[in-house]
Amino acid sequence: MVRYIANKLFYTLISLFILISATFFLMKAIPGDPFMSEKKVPEEIRQRLMEQYGLDKPVFQQYIKYLGDIVQGDLGISMKKINQEVSDIIGQTFSASLKLGLVAIVVSVIIGVVLGLLAALYHRKIIDNITMVLAVLGIAVPSFVLASLLQYVFASKLHWLPTMGFKGPLYYVLPVAALSAQPIAFIARLTRSSMLEVLHADYIKTAKAKGLSWFAILTRHVVRNGIMPVVTYMGPMTANIVTGSVVIEQIFGIGGIGKQFVQAITSRDYPMIMGITIFYGALLMIARLVTDVAYGLIDPRIKLNARKEG
Amino acid sequence: MKKSKSLLLLLTLVLAVGTLLSACGSNEAKNSASNGNKAANNAANEGDVKLAADQTLKINLSAEPPTFDPAQAQDSQANTVLKMMYEGLVRLDADGKELPGAAESWEVDGTKYTFHIREDAKWSNGDPVTANDFAFAWERVLSPDTQPAPPYAYQLYYIKNAEEFNTGKIKDFSEVGVKAVDEKTLEVELNNPTPYFLGLTSFYTLYPVHQSVKDDAKWATDPNKMIVNGPFTLTAWTTGQSLEVTKNEQYWDKDSIKLNKISMSLVESGATELESYRNGELHRAGAPNGEIPADQIPIVQQEMPDEYKVKGIAGTYYYQFNSKAEPFQNAKIRKAFSMAIDRQAIVERITQGGQIPAFGMVPEGILGSDDQFRTEHNDKDYFQENVDEAKKLLEEGMKEEGYTKLPEITVIHNNGEGHKKVATAIVDMWKKNLGVDVKIQNQEWGVFLKNRQNLDYQIARSGWSADFNDPMTFMDLWTTGAGNNDLGYSNPEYDELIKASRSESDLKKRDEIFAKAEEIFIKQDMAYMPIYYYSNVALEKPNLKGVILDYSGAIDYTRAYLTEE
Repeated sequence: MVRYIANKLFYTLISLFILISATFFLMKAIPGDPFMSEKKVPEEIRQRLMEQYGLDKPVFQQYIKYLGDIVQGDLGISMKKINQEVSDIIGQTFSASLKLGLVAIVVSVIIGVVLGLLAALYHRKIIDNITMVLAVLGIAVPSFVLASLLQYVFASKLHWLPTMGFKGPLYYVLPVAALSAQPIAFIARLTRSSMLEVLHADYIKTAKAKGLSWFAILTRHVVRNGIMPVVTYMGPMTANIVTGSVVIEQIFGIGGIGKQFVQAITSRDYPMIMGITIFYGALLMIARLVTDVAYGLIDPRIKLNARKEG
Repeated sequence: MKKSKSLLLLLTLVLAVGTLLSACGSNEAKNSASNGNKAANNAANEGDVKLAADQTLKINLSAEPPTFDPAQAQDSQANTVLKMMYEGLVRLDADGKELPGAAESWEVDGTKYTFHIREDAKWSNGDPVTANDFAFAWERVLSPDTQPAPPYAYQLYYIKNAEEFNTGKIKDFSEVGVKAVDEKTLEVELNNPTPYFLGLTSFYTLYPVHQSVKDDAKWATDPNKMIVNGPFTLTAWTTGQSLEVTKNEQYWDKDSIKLNKISMSLVESGATELESYRNGELHRAGAPNGEIPADQIPIVQQEMPDEYKVKGIAGTYYYQFNSKAEPFQNAKIRKAFSMAIDRQAIVERITQGGQIPAFGMVPEGILGSDDQFRTEHNDKDYFQENVDEAKKLLEEGMKEEGYTKLPEITVIHNNGEGHKKVATAIVDMWKKNLGVDVKIQNQEWGVFLKNRQNLDYQIARSGWSADFNDPMTFMDLWTTGAGNNDLGYSNPEYDELIKASRSESDLKKRDEIFAKAEEIFIKQDMAYMPIYYYSNVALEKPNLKGVILDYSGAIDYTRAYLTEE
């Protein structure tokens, strides 16, 4: 297990290195720089700024220096948000994305699994049909449409919930609903089909024949095996939701990390672009690693340490 | 059995962490809410206006100010917030007239200004505001050693030797025309008579800063460290989320400040801002800190006619011709393109926000010698829209250049729904009126700027807004080789006039020079095609009073108050 994780970590580091290098040179290839504006600053001042931030040096030299800083864990200082540390900005804005994202994930998993389970148990009954219609809707309706609709109905028309901001529990309701609709639908469908498969498996019949109670069969065999595809899906979903849905954050005025990323790119804030890219990259890779490990915990057939390579 | 337990544990953990994180909401510093009520009660006696008990103003900024250091600021969001927190030597009233600010009086003698700092001007930590604080702040802006280099240092170039000091030609700040004679007297000497300099001292680059910032690069990133001299202090700041300022009890004129708190959300989307305003979460929405989506303007105008506010502001929206690119090296062809569009239709049907059709460079709101410059010099005298005339000019121009057919033409604009609609309408008018096919290309902001600066375009969208209240702010950028001249425009006669205006101290004559220069630029050369003068569209709750929007569209909330609904 330990060897497996160490192995994975090694490959994660190599991927990160490739990610950093590719992003750095691609970013430098885009026209423009952090000090461009509609009203140009005088050439002397501009030159001084370029020197102070080391942008007057050849790109490769900048790259080597950046790698050196990264190794020491220094993400640098934003070139647009004067004197603010990139790591501070990431930390502060990511906390909003993370809180919202975790709530959305928990809500998605619970509702999704329960709906899927109900649909499987009452296969071809009315509950199944309703759930599946909802699931198709949930997948088909884009989240930003749902978000705008929710905002219009519950904030603008009914005045039940706040339109925007992130100041307390009430502020979570609409964005979480918009954010989790799609994962709920997806999880419900996944759970349903895999539960159906499990319900018809031979070992369930054996269990029944053994005289095990229906509840015990459900919790011990059906759910446990039926949930496997959901766990697989949870890795990418978590990374996706937590890294901040830019559109949802924008509609509900939540100052998450997604907004910072977009702004950093538009304003060519190089250290911010790099910082958030590395952060996103690391997060995605860790999410995958955790998924793999969780897989092994649930399904004894998968022996992590028995594998030669991840 | 053991495995299922660990699964359960995992799920429980996720659940617990999630709930915990969601519960610990915001951790911003809560400052006392009680101290503003006193002032609110005082002001309640004025006339029959009844002040609301809760003087908390709620507004939205569509972008987070990148800095609260006056020396580093360069955008309108920072301007809005810095105005709450700082005060320059003077401040401007609604008509753009200078009122005493940190300076209670001043004398002007040609190029020499003497400011008398008021005795009771104090920093938020209780220290007195002195002439040295201004000299210190200005030196900080100009010093080549300041990190990062203040981009707006050139706003101080009117001061004697300021440019030389900033560019390193002079090493000794004592040669620069700024001197603190004593604690309360500041002497400033300028290069040339500059009628707008007094107004400029209300601009953020010229705000004083507390001298303790010298050894602390991060002073402007932490609310607890910021020492200010304005009516409000920064009390909470959650990056990317919200800002809050609270009344400063040390401010010399605190009795005229009725608001207790201003809380600002940082939401980018204009649609969300509008919904939030409708839902009663904001007191004001729209320009200059946000934007009402163009397609919503006619709707809100109907829906909330009493709250709908339009004000012309000093900015010009235009399409610039690259005089170094075919076919626009020819003035007649430029004129033909400019005369063949219907500006009234554009402002009425496309932009719909009370913009004014433009035929000149200098917008409404900019002062001339006696009245507004635009009132004194009618821009309709420069040219008029006329399709037949335009067709004739195009033909003549093509003959001059030996074209049988115009080269392929593309107009570029930066991303934005509004820009796209205007471009589509204009290209359509050219097609209909001149029979010319023009392509449209939208470009990402950085790419767009680069192309414009490198003269890598034929026609490009552009806009210019005032830095100070004088025609000069719209004119000196088009002199030969000027940093912002991205037209390839060069006319010695124009350069000569701008140069002459700098040393002219007679306001009337100076005004005539500007009018002459504008005539050359537009009527004779049609170096760019003016489209409209900007306006600010906003929604304001009826119980919000005392908000000041100046000529440039900058907003001053410091003297605002809320009445009972």
